[in-house]
Amino acid sequence: MTESTVSDSTRTIQELTSSDYEFGFSTDLDTDIAPPGLDESIVRLISAKKNEPEWLLEWRLKAYEAWTKMEEPDWAKLDIAPIDYDAISYWAAPKPKPVLDSMDDVDPDIREMFDKLGIPLHEQKMLSNVAVDAIVDSVSVTTTFKATLLEAGVIFCSFSEAVQDYPDLVREHLGSVVPVRDNYFAALNSAVFSDGSFCYIPKGVRCPMELSTYFRINSMNTGQFERTLIIADDDSHVSYLEGCTAPQRDENQLHAAVVELVAKDRAEIKYSTVQNWYPGDENGLGGIYNFVTKRGRAHTDAKISWTQVETGSAITWKYPSVILQGDRSVGEFYSVALSSKRQQADTGTKMIHIGKDTTSSIISKGISAAHGQNTYRGLVKVMRSAENARNYTQCDSLLLGKECGAHTIPYIEVKNPTAQVEHEASTSTVGEDQLYYCRQRGMTEEDAMSMIVNGFCREVFNELPMEFAVEAQRLLSMSLEGSVG
Amino acid sequence: MLHVNNLTAAIGDKEILKGLDLEVGAGEVHAIMGPNGSGKSTLAHALAGRDGYDITGTITLDDADLLDMEPEARAAAGVFLGFQYPVEIPGVNNMYFLRTALNSVRRARGEDEVGARDFLSVAKEAMNLVEMKEDFLYRAVNAGFSGGEKKRNEILQMAIMQPRLAVLDETDSGLDIDALRIIAGGVNALRNPDRSMIVITHYQRLLDYIKPDFVHVLVDGRIVQSGDYTLALELEDHGYANYVNHDLDDPSTRPLSGVPS
Repeated sequence: MTESTVSDSTRTIQELTSSDYEFGFSTDLDTDIAPPGLDESIVRLISAKKNEPEWLLEWRLKAYEAWTKMEEPDWAKLDIAPIDYDAISYWAAPKPKPVLDSMDDVDPDIREMFDKLGIPLHEQKMLSNVAVDAIVDSVSVTTTFKATLLEAGVIFCSFSEAVQDYPDLVREHLGSVVPVRDNYFAALNSAVFSDGSFCYIPKGVRCPMELSTYFRINSMNTGQFERTLIIADDDSHVSYLEGCTAPQRDENQLHAAVVELVAKDRAEIKYSTVQNWYPGDENGLGGIYNFVTKRGRAHTDAKISWTQVETGSAITWKYPSVILQGDRSVGEFYSVALSSKRQQADTGTKMIHIGKDTTSSIISKGISAAHGQNTYRGLVKVMRSAENARNYTQCDSLLLGKECGAHTIPYIEVKNPTAQVEHEASTSTVGEDQLYYCRQRGMTEEDAMSMIVNGFCREVFNELPMEFAVEAQRLLSMSLEGSVG
Repeated sequence: MLHVNNLTAAIGDKEILKGLDLEVGAGEVHAIMGPNGSGKSTLAHALAGRDGYDITGTITLDDADLLDMEPEARAAAGVFLGFQYPVEIPGVNNMYFLRTALNSVRRARGEDEVGARDFLSVAKEAMNLVEMKEDFLYRAVNAGFSGGEKKRNEILQMAIMQPRLAVLDETDSGLDIDALRIIAGGVNALRNPDRSMIVITHYQRLLDYIKPDFVHVLVDGRIVQSGDYTLALELEDHGYANYVNHDLDDPSTRPLSGVPS
């Protein structure tokens, strides 16, 4: 599609927005909400609002067209109420949260949770949008982070900024790991994604800080259709933490994010997620539907490691995967998924072995409590080219109570006889005898339960950055409160 | 110190303890001996507060009514049970478990918690008692431990918890002679005028190492004879035959069949 075929209405919008831009693009967007429903004009509107180049608009339109011909996947073990895609508004400018005067103005429930999680006060303030010194701090902290990253040559910015400032990098890699037609939700995301994060680590650079530290403060207003692209160039290294242990509520019930990772030769990307979206109430009312596509491509001698702690959302549909394309590349997946209340999680990974001597390991810990349903679904695929590929998979399920369910659905496809693929699975309950033993040693039943469950997740928590490992443990304990007995 | 009066314990229709009386004074060591299925372990769990038993009678420790308390409150009151079958807790390291246990009871008693550094020295001292190496602290609680290591871990916990009343349930079962000697050495080192112990055992062998002040014979849910250490020696010679109803050889009439130990 060329400029001349862009419809008149779109051109008008483009003109409007670009002229508005001089007076403050963001201010104008504050009042902007597209009418519900999705058609081509909405896709054009979004692209225009973001002042995107023509190629990106075309990319979105291609995705939109693909999406209209696709059907929602129904293979997951999830019971999902029908989603009315025409009732959703696909463009809403982020509303500024009210700035509060002090922590006293923050919802006491949220404050209590912050305290239980042990989040430092200055971060609590930033997370709650409390004014006074905290904001000054946050600006200076952010500025310091930015300066440190810039010095190392690391690019870390919003996806929209990257489209404007580093269009070549974005164009080369966007959709290279998750094609627009990959699946229903990825196609939808590709058509309408609002914003997200972009990260580029230059050759040979070890990112000087955990991007978690920075990201956690800036990640609160992530959109409904988030897009993340991380490129680690040859011999580089980055550790990235997405999400936050702090409680996250969102009016948008449907979330469909896409994350693409590219690890070039000998590069390493460690991607950690703590997901604590609103899970709905005990009766299954409310709660976020989380349909995420996360995938990385590992080139020669590269390594991609996914670690996830999933305690939130009413529905989780998520399979962070690695395409082990280069020889000797390594893929790892460490997961803790908790389903309590009426939560349903169908999550796991895909490890696609293409290169020779590629190795992957999968450690999955599923916890089901109350009426939760937890499914591990994983694919290990060894292509004909993958001489000496190895995989080790361990899936452990823990059941708390009698109304919940745990399911393990591994798929193994091996096309090369030199492959070694191991799969171990276990299902256990927290035993009365374990609880009694701990209580005899003076612990309350809840403390005992939380200790036992955290022990069950140890191998995964060990993979998290230190401060988040501690918070993740507390988060898990809190999510289990009331599930005892 | 400990008074047990007319204690009965039942699981469903099955009566296991049938009116048991026991007085244990401060600093005393009492051995409870008896054949399989006589109710020895049930007595231990009745003292520690395990769920699932219907209990009547009274148990008081230092005038506190134990039957009114949850297991963790009894632990805070000073009750320690050395388990016959210590439970494995995968992924939880022993040191963390021990410190959490100690601090739980300290908190319940309104005492200050012990920090990680101070705890390490407490733990090391206790480990010397049972001849454990330091790597023990960093392994998961009882996971992959040998039988002897599990029992030594129980005594280590006792040394750290410093209980008022220690109940050792068949601590000698499954031990070779060296492990038995080490464990008995640990227990003896922990004897003191403020601490009472109830040592439950099937065999007299343990009592060669841990000399009790009193020996009680428990048969069919009741204490049928009490005496001093020499009673244990008599039992060694004659067994429990004099006390036991011969019907017990018939599994259908065995009082404890089907009951978890």
